[in-house]
Amino acid sequence: MNAKIYVTLKTEVLDPQGDAVRRSLASLGFERVKAARVGKLIELKLDETDRTEAERAVRRMCEQLLANPVIEDFRFELEPSS
Amino acid sequence: MTQPFPGDRPVDAALAREFGLSEGEWAHAIDVLGRAPSYTEAGVLSVMWSEHCSYKSSRAHLGRLPTTGPQVVQGPGENAGAVDIGDGFCAVFKMESHNHPSYIEPYQGAATGVGGILRDVFTMGARPVASLNSLRFGRPDHPKTPHLLRGVVSGIGGYGNCIGVPTVGGELSFDPSYDGNILVNAFTVGVAKTDDLFFGRADGVGNPVIYVGARTGRDGIHGATMASAEFGAETESKLPTVQVGDPFMEKLLLEGCLEIFARGCLAGVQDMGAAGLTSSSVEMADRSGNGLELDLDAIPRRARALTPYEMLLSESQERMLMVAKAGREHEVFEVCERWDLDAAIVGRVTDSGRFVCKATPGYDPLAAAPGPRAPVVVVDLPVALLTKEAPKYERPERAATAAHGRTPARDVSGSPVVRAGSAPSGDPTTGLSAALVGMVGSPNLGSRRWVWRQFDHIVQVGTVIRPGDSDAAVIRVFCEEPGAGPAATKVKHLALSVDCNGRHVQLDPYVGAAMAVAECTRNVACAGARPLALTDCLNFGSPEIPETMWRLARAIDGLGAACRALDTPVVSGNVSLYNETDGRPILPTPTVAVVGQLARPDDRLYLAFATEGATIALLGAPGAGKLGGSEYYVQTHGEVGGEPQSLDLDAERALQDAVIALAQAGLLQSAHDVSDGGLAVCLAESCISGGRGARVTLPGLGVEATLAGQLFGEDPSRIVISFAADRREEVARVAKAHGVPLTVLGEVGGDALELRAAGTGEAPVVARVPVATLRDAHARALEPIVGAG
Amino acid sequence: MKIAVLRFPGSNADWDALHAARDVLGADAAYVFHKDTHLDGADAVIVPGGYAYGDYLRPGAIARFSPIVPALVAFAEAGGPVLGICNGFQILTELGVLPGALTRNAHLRFECRDIHVRVEARGPFTDVARGTVLRLPVAHADGRYQCAAETLRELEARGQIALRYCGPQGEPAESDPWLDPNGSVGHIAGVYNRAGNVLGLMPHPERAAEAALGNDDGLTLFRSLRRHLGAAS
Repeated sequence: MNAKIYVTLKTEVLDPQGDAVRRSLASLGFERVKAARVGKLIELKLDETDRTEAERAVRRMCEQLLANPVIEDFRFELEPSS
Repeated sequence: MTQPFPGDRPVDAALAREFGLSEGEWAHAIDVLGRAPSYTEAGVLSVMWSEHCSYKSSRAHLGRLPTTGPQVVQGPGENAGAVDIGDGFCAVFKMESHNHPSYIEPYQGAATGVGGILRDVFTMGARPVASLNSLRFGRPDHPKTPHLLRGVVSGIGGYGNCIGVPTVGGELSFDPSYDGNILVNAFTVGVAKTDDLFFGRADGVGNPVIYVGARTGRDGIHGATMASAEFGAETESKLPTVQVGDPFMEKLLLEGCLEIFARGCLAGVQDMGAAGLTSSSVEMADRSGNGLELDLDAIPRRARALTPYEMLLSESQERMLMVAKAGREHEVFEVCERWDLDAAIVGRVTDSGRFVCKATPGYDPLAAAPGPRAPVVVVDLPVALLTKEAPKYERPERAATAAHGRTPARDVSGSPVVRAGSAPSGDPTTGLSAALVGMVGSPNLGSRRWVWRQFDHIVQVGTVIRPGDSDAAVIRVFCEEPGAGPAATKVKHLALSVDCNGRHVQLDPYVGAAMAVAECTRNVACAGARPLALTDCLNFGSPEIPETMWRLARAIDGLGAACRALDTPVVSGNVSLYNETDGRPILPTPTVAVVGQLARPDDRLYLAFATEGATIALLGAPGAGKLGGSEYYVQTHGEVGGEPQSLDLDAERALQDAVIALAQAGLLQSAHDVSDGGLAVCLAESCISGGRGARVTLPGLGVEATLAGQLFGEDPSRIVISFAADRREEVARVAKAHGVPLTVLGEVGGDALELRAAGTGEAPVVARVPVATLRDAHARALEPIVGAG
Repeated sequence: MKIAVLRFPGSNADWDALHAARDVLGADAAYVFHKDTHLDGADAVIVPGGYAYGDYLRPGAIARFSPIVPALVAFAEAGGPVLGICNGFQILTELGVLPGALTRNAHLRFECRDIHVRVEARGPFTDVARGTVLRLPVAHADGRYQCAAETLRELEARGQIALRYCGPQGEPAESDPWLDPNGSVGHIAGVYNRAGNVLGLMPHPERAAEAALGNDDGLTLFRSLRRHLGAAS
């Protein structure tokens, strides 16, 4: 399986980088951008064919390392490797 | 009279308990108010009466510390302390802990700790010129240690490097007692014109209160709400307890604030630190004996539907509260616009002596339709109840043995120092030679280069002595006369050090705390500077444990005695209690940081052996060779123990005076104080730093001292100096004039450190290690934790 | 000789540059705030180090929206000498004034220590020191110079590579991984633009320009500028 993991700051956590991006976009004329959040995309190739197993493993990876639950949320997508 | 606010939870004894208020405290509040506090008031009381804000367990003891002296410009009680550095300028400094947040989220916890202490200093009107830090982690092989160490170091760098204040030094050590409670103590010093200092005061009834800086979110709100049954798991995931720092915003705030201050349009200012808007408003009102009224509807915010409770308790970072002189508010707004800072008038100073907050139910300025404004009173409390009349406890104390609360002994049979043994050996792979290599390469004694490489320690072009080159950092500071042009700028040189060895405090809190002050001032003296004053961070376990309380009280007495003897009053500080996990406290850690001043830049001293053939000598009594509390003891016994050290404060004072006199006379090539790791490690560090060997004969320490004790004992009040052989008479004269023993140990030379037993003639070699071997071990000391490279 | 030191929000080595140019070199140097729109008749411009706009998104990326930038670009295009130090270098590459890009250090950490560079190119900032080895401090997290292979060949061919990391005696950086602090392509520490009037470099010459700091190797870049301007005017 392949996994795409998105790690973002929780909605209520200050995201100075996202704010900076929004302001810059506004100064380029994209004034209808009301908010910007910047996060991380992590791609994994797993030696695992069982979706349930992969899901369980990726969740644990997120909880233990890839995201800090104190300030970050995560979500992920799984797809069979081609 | 307050009115209920939508969303208020029922206010009862259960809520009080959840907010950390004791039964007695709750009853006292009701008694003074003549009514039950509102929900928001209960929140305000709980933070203002917390240990962190009220110092309720330590206040009864802190008064015993000396805080005055001719050099003191501002003592404790303000945002930071200040000492005179001449020509109408002062050094403004403070140290503060950010222990718990750094354990939860090491990068952001450490970063916001740095941000907080920087604000404390520039709030006073001082431009921050340097930072230090004191870090404690659990045992090196604890699974969490690498993650915590990496996160904290990069967090400190991430904030300090960005805002452009050099991190010029610090200390780092490991002990199992910190496994579940790391310590992150951050220190910053700034420079200001003494007449232009600013204070956290709400002076002038009718003056407007202005909020400047980052908008308010739900950051770091009182942990109590997290446990509330009303918040489900889903809500909880939205409620962070750890604040995220924005050093860029802080940089704008710093520059904006200094410009606002220079205009003279403020009556007072304070940063919003712990307990945010509440503590800043209340403390400012308290210092002026005034009241304050806040209109919470006007608070700049980034989160929707904030309640008064949340706005008052939020710990969003990078915010300042200013009291402007009435009629000059527009000047504040002008500067804020120039620096792209949000600013809003949020209240005014009153003569009521009360802290009053109003807010409109349902009003949300971020909503598409904010709704009409019809503010009701949500907080109406006497300022004094939250400050001077806050609870104060004389908690029970019980004398603690050294073993009380101590981490159980670990098996040390595999340790390199134990395997090496304590037999004399000229072969670097066996006996005491190998033990010395093991000591120099241990995580507690090895090079900290991995750490300070990650800190910008040279920004502001003031760093005269870089980290690791001397016992203290030496910086030059540019004291600019406002409006007088660069030619009028005066350059002054400060020496900075931070220290504490919790093991010695564990064995004897009085002596151990005094040793921390002695070592820290000695470090500053070993850089050639006269110590001026001190700031402290008292990190201890739970004050509700009588033995811990006793240690805290004894440590305060030890600090006080040393500060008096060494003429370094305490001008600021912080107390961090409840540093314990599962009933096991950290080593008592009263960290101190000292600021000193060099009379001339040429007086500065390095620790490196600089020239071949120079004479090496020990300044100060050789000591008893006791291993109590030493690194060697821990490495060979697996626990903190042994007979406590003793400290003669008069001898310490004379020693420091002597080394300063020698520095000022230009007689020395190096000075390095003997501390962690003892004489052998001290000599090894001077060899490594200079890339030169040394031939040394150990001073005779009497029959009771073992060889290991002579090499690795941590008796205080000793300095290893080196000087040109033909200056020996002059050096001896200065030492004698100060009544300080001087023992010639040997000379600089060769490519190995060679130690011989005391005695006449060709005494036997006790240890002999090539400098290259020492340097390699020293450089790689942190590799087991953070890897190579 | 009039030198403008730009101040972006987040610049933090602005004082370092001003001090070196004004108090050490003795030039008529002054800050120009990023909200200004002209350079006040400067003969040379320094874009100092720091974290302009917090380095958010990418270092240097957001500085291009500052009002002063059109004047800076026009000054550079007109052949005026511009020195971009550290974050200033990053800003100049993001503006397209200098080729290439600066990315996260190979070891992923912030790195502050002394390094050595060999001065290779001719130009207003390097003529005095050309052919010598300088000891200079670095202090950055994103200093790894990268560019397309084609660009690298052009830089080499046109003599635009101003500084390369090396050993204390000029030993090539290949000989020891410690010598290059960030893993730059070709061990490049600084480059000129094609016209040779704009220099960007990651090391901080302005922080090593005085004996009081134990090192004045960096002053040679400023002395070179003074000679260049003296000859021109």
